[in-house]
Amino acid sequence: MRRGKIILAILAGTSLVAGCGQTSASGSKTLTIAYWAFGPRGKSYAAWFNQVKPAFEKQHPGVTIVLEPIAAAENDFYTKLDLMMKSPSTAPDVVTEDTFLINADASAGLIQPLNSYVSSWKNWSQFEPAAKQAVTNKVGNIYGVPYDSDSRGLWYNVNLFKKAGLPVPWHPHNWNDIIAAATTLKAKDPGVIPFWSYVGKATGEATTMQDFEMLLYGTGNSLYDSSTNKWIVSSPGFLSSLQFIQNVYSHGLGPQLSQILNGQANNTETTQLMPEQKIGIALDVNVITANWLPQGPAPWPSATKTYDLTAMPTENGQSPGYTSMSGGFALSMSAHTKNKDLAWQFIQMATSEKNMRTIDIGLSGLPTRTDVIADPSYANAPGQVFKQATSFLQYTHYRPANAQYPEVSTAIQTAVESVATGSLSPQQAMAQYAQSVTRMVGASGVEHQ
Amino acid sequence: MSKRKGRSVSYSPWRAILFLLPTWALMLVFFVLPVLLTFYYSFTNLSLTGPNSVDTHFVGFTNFVTMFADPAFRTSVLMTLIFLVFSAIVGQQVLGLIIALLLQQKPRAFRSIIGVLVIVGWVTPEIVVAFIWFAFFSDHGTANSVAGVLGFKPIAWLVHFPMLCVVVANIWHGTAFSMLVYQAALGDVPSEVKEAAMIDGATGWRRLVGVTLPIIKGSVATNMILITLQTLGLFTLIYALTGGGPGTSTETLPIYMYEQAFSNYQLGYGTAISLVLLLIGIIASFAYLKILKVKI
Repeated sequence: MRRGKIILAILAGTSLVAGCGQTSASGSKTLTIAYWAFGPRGKSYAAWFNQVKPAFEKQHPGVTIVLEPIAAAENDFYTKLDLMMKSPSTAPDVVTEDTFLINADASAGLIQPLNSYVSSWKNWSQFEPAAKQAVTNKVGNIYGVPYDSDSRGLWYNVNLFKKAGLPVPWHPHNWNDIIAAATTLKAKDPGVIPFWSYVGKATGEATTMQDFEMLLYGTGNSLYDSSTNKWIVSSPGFLSSLQFIQNVYSHGLGPQLSQILNGQANNTETTQLMPEQKIGIALDVNVITANWLPQGPAPWPSATKTYDLTAMPTENGQSPGYTSMSGGFALSMSAHTKNKDLAWQFIQMATSEKNMRTIDIGLSGLPTRTDVIADPSYANAPGQVFKQATSFLQYTHYRPANAQYPEVSTAIQTAVESVATGSLSPQQAMAQYAQSVTRMVGASGVEHQ
Repeated sequence: MSKRKGRSVSYSPWRAILFLLPTWALMLVFFVLPVLLTFYYSFTNLSLTGPNSVDTHFVGFTNFVTMFADPAFRTSVLMTLIFLVFSAIVGQQVLGLIIALLLQQKPRAFRSIIGVLVIVGWVTPEIVVAFIWFAFFSDHGTANSVAGVLGFKPIAWLVHFPMLCVVVANIWHGTAFSMLVYQAALGDVPSEVKEAAMIDGATGWRRLVGVTLPIIKGSVATNMILITLQTLGLFTLIYALTGGGPGTSTETLPIYMYEQAFSNYQLGYGTAISLVLLLIGIIASFAYLKILKVKI
């Protein structure tokens, strides 16, 4: 009994030290919001939560909102957030969750299902079905309120294309068209990086989603077989995706490995190389425009006149002709929160139409609320490519809604980096991938196609 | 007076235990328990997120079986050994001994200046060392600037010679330690023995191999063990300099362990790797003692 009291006292002490004490002696409450504070996205988050904080505190006297920015590169952010949420003494109340982690964190018991809350929330019907899909698990539990989405395609430099005698506007029909354009760009101007795509482990999920999955989902194969609930660890499409990457990097069509194989590659690309017009084609997400907004790290008013976004073709132009990948973020509630109702009220306020309108343009993401999408001032916002990015949604793909996806994703990154650096052939890399994934999910969880 | 003094030093096991208790408690909480937990976790499927993180259970030797079947693990062991041999056993150790020998008969002022210069590398925090060498080897860094002046083409050192970069950085960082150990050891070699050897006509090299080294072999063994353990566990320097890459070309066991545990979320597998790392350290330490025939 006494030992129990001592342990309780220690726990209470540590939770106070961690700034997450739920109810202090005076009866006032604190609500901790942990968010990703990195790059332009982090800046927008700070602006967003600082806008919601005073309004919420005014509406709920005695409640203090504690903002807990996690300043870390993408991969480290996920790890840090999961470590924080694992322990009741450090768990924040509300977190920004990448939707690709939602299934994993939900099955790990780190985040709270919100079904009972959203069912009585009239605003819930305003959210896009696809976005809702991204926060819902296999059995229909909803684990967050999605606040932005995105899509991916090929950014190409209009000036460089004209100079090289390539057609503008550019509409590649298959992978060969991309390689051909990159080869022409290289021949015309050796100082330009013809084709930029992420191939490093250091760029984490960007390597998986922005590069590899943009290729794989255009081959007719996919990562996960949802009919058998198995991971597809080898397929012709998997191989040809790796071969495409090998093709680009072994022929000098990609960036220098020292440029691309580090966690800063994204910053180098968007704030340095693209403004300097050193990149011909970049396989990337629509939200990079956030870097070039007046409040972004590299303001560049004419960015979207210099770089245009075009759809990524399928491997051989097979139906539906194009492909894309979509992800996004959601506000989720930590499973350890002691103030569930309050946390829910915060999420509601943060994702209100008014707040979403401000945040979505800053994030450069695709809105998840239909009332925001319908707003013409949003679609025509300067410095954005919302129209193109939205048009990709008709053939977009979402990452497998499987709890083990984050682990599998790292195995993809290893395979891609090995091929790009030439340390493994595409066949060897695929074999190694199969072995790693089998280790993670067990032999009964994989299949070959 | 003398009576009282006598009583105060009288042996009481309870008092000794009482005074040792805080140390034992600290050791138990901060050392023994974590080691036991590591041992336990390495036999589980513990994971940072996903279903395994709530359904954590004993999986027997699965982690170890998969580890030894995994080519990435074998590469990682190889990288660790290459890094260990070149940066610590050969690099730091030999360079440290050479500097200590060269400084032996030099004037005091000269010794302190050189000594301080070498020690600067040692007192610099690992992360700073990593940044210094990153600045040196990066595309527009010092190495390439110098090469450019001499008319050579710039080389992406960290991409094409990553192992060389981390080895050089670690030698720079750690040599001072070996130098200090050997300076102290050389000071203990009796001058009569060296003089006797000299009178017998032994050359410098013969004197070193036949006289000095056998006398200081205890220090050699201690130094070997210490720098081996230090280098085996080295993480920050490599991670900040190359991130274990490109590919897996500098992925030593600590980096591999970190990636598996914190990037791949496989905490159980990660702890199993750390156990193997511990084992390698223990085996290496015993091997040195055996080879050098030193008793501790």
